[in-house]
Amino acid sequence: MTPAVPSLAIAKALQASPPEWAPAWLPDALPLAFVAGVLYVLWQLERFREAIGNVGSRIDLAWSALVRVHHLPKRLRWFFEQLYQSGIQNLHVVLLVGLFMGMIVSLQTGIELARFGQEGQIGTIVAASMTREMGPFITAIVLAATTGSALAAELGTMSVSDELAALDVMSVDKVSFLVLPRIAALMIIGPVLTVLCDTIGIFGGGFVATSQLGVGWSQYTTTAISALQEQGGIIPVPMDVYAGLLKSIVFGAIIAVISCASGLEARGGALGVGRATSRAVRDSIIAVIVANYFLTFFLYR
Amino acid sequence: MTDLKSSSEDIIIRFKDVYKSFGRHDILKGISFEVPRGQVLGLMGGSGTGKSVTLRHVIGLLKPDSGRVEVEGRNVPDLTKHELADLRKRMGYVFQEGALINWLTVAENLALPLQENTKLSKSEIDDLIAEKLKMVHIPDAGEKLPSEISGGMKKRVGLARALITDPDIILYDEPNAGLDPQIARSINELMREIADQHHATALVVEHRLECIETVCDEVVFLYGGKALVHEKTADFLRPTHPQLIEFLGPEARNA
Ligand SMILES: Nc1ncnc2c1ncn2[C@@H]1O[C@H](COP(=O)(O)OP(=O)(O)OP(=O)(O)O)[C@@H](O)[C@H]1O
Ligand SMILES: [Mg+2]
Repeated sequence: MTPAVPSLAIAKALQASPPEWAPAWLPDALPLAFVAGVLYVLWQLERFREAIGNVGSRIDLAWSALVRVHHLPKRLRWFFEQLYQSGIQNLHVVLLVGLFMGMIVSLQTGIELARFGQEGQIGTIVAASMTREMGPFITAIVLAATTGSALAAELGTMSVSDELAALDVMSVDKVSFLVLPRIAALMIIGPVLTVLCDTIGIFGGGFVATSQLGVGWSQYTTTAISALQEQGGIIPVPMDVYAGLLKSIVFGAIIAVISCASGLEARGGALGVGRATSRAVRDSIIAVIVANYFLTFFLYR
Repeated sequence: MTDLKSSSEDIIIRFKDVYKSFGRHDILKGISFEVPRGQVLGLMGGSGTGKSVTLRHVIGLLKPDSGRVEVEGRNVPDLTKHELADLRKRMGYVFQEGALINWLTVAENLALPLQENTKLSKSEIDDLIAEKLKMVHIPDAGEKLPSEISGGMKKRVGLARALITDPDIILYDEPNAGLDPQIARSINELMREIADQHHATALVVEHRLECIETVCDEVVFLYGGKALVHEKTADFLRPTHPQLIEFLGPEARNA
């Protein structure tokens, strides 16, 4: 039995017209009920409730960093250090993954478009999907895996070796000293890497378009550029680009806050640091995906 | 030596029936003792009896399950964040494992409390750092990272960092651990000197009798979660209590 068969059956069942006695709003309510049902089932899991319980402390940490934002000038050294570190750590990964992502999008949709003789539009598709969705998202995943885990390990190690206690004892504000510069740095490096990811992805897509789909380079670039022409409402930057950048700023903040919080909470030696690190990556990716939905919802309403 | 009958407002640190457990492990089971101003009180006890835990209560890193931990008459767990921060600025804590910030150089570690909590200029800070590093016999370590120096050196940097603000209350967690006998002697003298000249009040966790003898005015023996013995140092080193005799061993009587 192929996996397609059960999903087909479900789709058929959902398509079936509702019985006579059903109220008119039922078909509309079904998807909502489905999402609610999934959340309800998850809620029965201890781990899930625990994870949700953590959200509060993450929001607390983000808030304490925000009210200390005026400390940033005296933390510039650590801000730039973090900026440099996360840039170096991620640049090559983002470029490589971005390149291939553009190529995948181009090949996958290009083949489909070619069936309708529409392969000429491939530039539009690649440019839009890279800038809107793929660029910010891929960058966030790479950032979470590399810089997020490094942050959690760094702060986690400080926690288990009493360095955080030493900061407390010296009345050094941990949020201002450790967390704030890291959040700020990731909010800058996120969009920077995203722009690079978008760009190389669009080039990668173009390479596939010319070599595999027989679309001319100039046609590809023309369609790609025109797809990015639509101006955004707030700043005079193409809508798709700035929506993507806005996303990547939020993703950077999410990753920094979650990873720092997870590191600060680490207890129990090297094992605890390991746990904090993997939790940071997992929670960052989940939070980025969930936030991505809501950002898309509000930006493209 | 401090007068044992000093008036009660001159008690700087007071533990009153303090209980503390971690999960199912009861560590402190009703500890009570007092340290008057200017006194150095030693804390001895087997590994894992809760000496470090006791020190952590004094500076508000841990909260007791019940009982009071008073510093200058105020219950530490009741202090607000700001009051606690102000109190901590007048305290020094030498961590058992050094606890140096691993990505800051030795000099930056020492500078940190000054940069964060005082308005001293860069050159004043540099002078203080040089002075304290010399005091702990590592004048040239300033530019090194904690990973580049030995355990005993880390310990001394931790000591210098705790002393850099000239605290009124100092908590030493095994200040002699990992030091060679010669350095250990001079650190002991340093601790005694700080107590005598600045009238700083101190708690010293230490296993070496030599340190206890030169530094401490009185000693508490922690056993089974309680302050089993609390005596003047000379009496402490000539133990009568059977558990203490067993702990100190035969050579104690000749010390
Ligand atoms: N944060 C903590 N969480 C759980 N258990 C702890 C914690 N801190 C200390 N303990 C436990 O409390 C007990 C006492 O620890 P403590 O560090 O005070 O011992 P100690 O007397 O300083 O010993 P040592 O001479 O080896 O330093 C130990 O069994 C330790 O495992
Ligand atoms: Mg200890």
